[in-house]
Amino acid sequence: MIPAEMVRRLELDALYADYAHCLDNDALEEWPDFFTDDCGYRITSAENFEAGLPIGIVYATSKGMLVDRIMALRKANIYEPQRYRHLIGAIKIGAEEHGVLPVVANLIVVRIMQDGAMILFAAGRYVDRLVRRGEAWKFARKDVVLDSRQIDTLLAIPL
Amino acid sequence: MDQHILTWPKEGNSRIPYRVFSDPDIYRTELNRLFLGATWQFLVLANELPNPGDYKTTFLGETPVIVTRGEDGEIHAMVNRCAHRGNLVCLKRQGHTDLLTCVYHSWSYDLEGNLKSVAFRRGIGGKGGMPDSFRLEDHGLKKLRTDHFAGLVFGTLSDETPPLAEYIGNLIGARLGRVMRAKPKILGTTSQILHNNWKLYIENVKDTYHATLLHTFFATFRVSRLTAGGGVAVSEGGGNHTSYTRGKTDTVGSEASDKLYASIQSMRDGLTLADPRLLDSTEEFGDDVTVQILSVFPNLVLQQIHNSVALRLVLPKGPTETELQWIYLGFEDDDEAMTERRLLQSNLVGPAGYVSMEDGAVGNFVQRAIVGAEDECSVIEMGGHGISSDDTRTTEASIRGFWHAYRPMMGY
Repeated sequence: MIPAEMVRRLELDALYADYAHCLDNDALEEWPDFFTDDCGYRITSAENFEAGLPIGIVYATSKGMLVDRIMALRKANIYEPQRYRHLIGAIKIGAEEHGVLPVVANLIVVRIMQDGAMILFAAGRYVDRLVRRGEAWKFARKDVVLDSRQIDTLLAIPL
Repeated sequence: MDQHILTWPKEGNSRIPYRVFSDPDIYRTELNRLFLGATWQFLVLANELPNPGDYKTTFLGETPVIVTRGEDGEIHAMVNRCAHRGNLVCLKRQGHTDLLTCVYHSWSYDLEGNLKSVAFRRGIGGKGGMPDSFRLEDHGLKKLRTDHFAGLVFGTLSDETPPLAEYIGNLIGARLGRVMRAKPKILGTTSQILHNNWKLYIENVKDTYHATLLHTFFATFRVSRLTAGGGVAVSEGGGNHTSYTRGKTDTVGSEASDKLYASIQSMRDGLTLADPRLLDSTEEFGDDVTVQILSVFPNLVLQQIHNSVALRLVLPKGPTETELQWIYLGFEDDDEAMTERRLLQSNLVGPAGYVSMEDGAVGNFVQRAIVGAEDECSVIEMGGHGISSDDTRTTEASIRGFWHAYRPMMGY
């Protein structure tokens, strides 16, 4: 008999792995499906987050806005070909309350440009709130809290 | 050696030698003559330092600066360099203190930069210490002049910089005051590292021609089009500008406008937003200007794109490196709905902005393309050769205005 807590950990480990591979394999159209319809999604700096300042480099209050992000990236925005590689780890699972599970996880993102130039693009943590939708866990809220306030050149692909 | 020899093309402000975007000697001269010279540069918002003892650090060009709220209730600014051996006095980006104490040898300054004490000044047991001729009042931190406009605090190291209101001018001052209409509230900050010369970003800001062409999101979702009414205003000396869009107007009709933009790929796809609340803006300035971009020479930008208001400070970090700092603003009288609107519309700007992410890269595209072309020039002739205000945005008058202000200061 596997304890329920271990099952949950395996589920979340798979979820974050799927999330990273979705973004890194350019399956961006599938990315909004990791979220609930009325989700919150924000990319910000630790400086803003810790000061309680609400701004986001990306700030969305619905799954529709995430769909729009991807559509704009594909059709409207212009940027040099590049790919990101997400490393997500140190997944720390909090105590579920009223069906909401708080999770914090670390992330590192490497950016690779078309000529091969590679930099450590982002380091930080996900501060997440997850809920069950049927069998699956979905992000009801995701704050991507970056340790640095500086973004190199631009941020195109979601984190 | 401050003087650098560059022969400016005879066409004047409509030809820019590419050398000015990469040459280390020209860059060094800019730091001395522009950033440490007779220009006003943005330091802080006045209400960022509410209490005596509050301080923040920033830069004049690459020179580190401390800005404080003094015991006298006034804002003071000084170079962040100990008068003793040149160490940084303030190490933190912001904080609160009674005394500015250098960590190296504990020299202490008051909040106005006056030297108050020197450790072991009298030596020990009658030996060592400073000579009797040493006077504290001769060794303060180097002080900046400061001045306020519409809640923004500026600083300068030169005695020759004219009063700030005069430097900004009535034309641009009125447009600045229009946006900074109430006590600002900071919604957050971010910063972008651009791999290009700082002036390539300044040119981009002043370039009304590119906005709806490079940023196809603008035209596609009708956030702004060149066919809407609008124009550009250039200050007397050329250095300051505003461009504006009258969003509800259309000078040529909607069908003709679509036709003019038909060459842009995304226009042909008939795109719509799944959640259009992003563009749900409201009139807040008592006019029909939906987009206003404003700059104060040499390196401050104030943006109003619908209800997204932000300051952008352009900091040079080397001949081909620039830091672009963003300060997103609301106002103290904003209700919850207004704040939410500003946060949603902030998706348009910043490093991941729908209508600004391209600006983070395009300066670097130019920087890469002009290698080996130092003696060649860009061509800036949209709207003619002058620097005067115009009621169209298909002009590069405000870019020429920047160079008009830049050249005499640099001796070109």
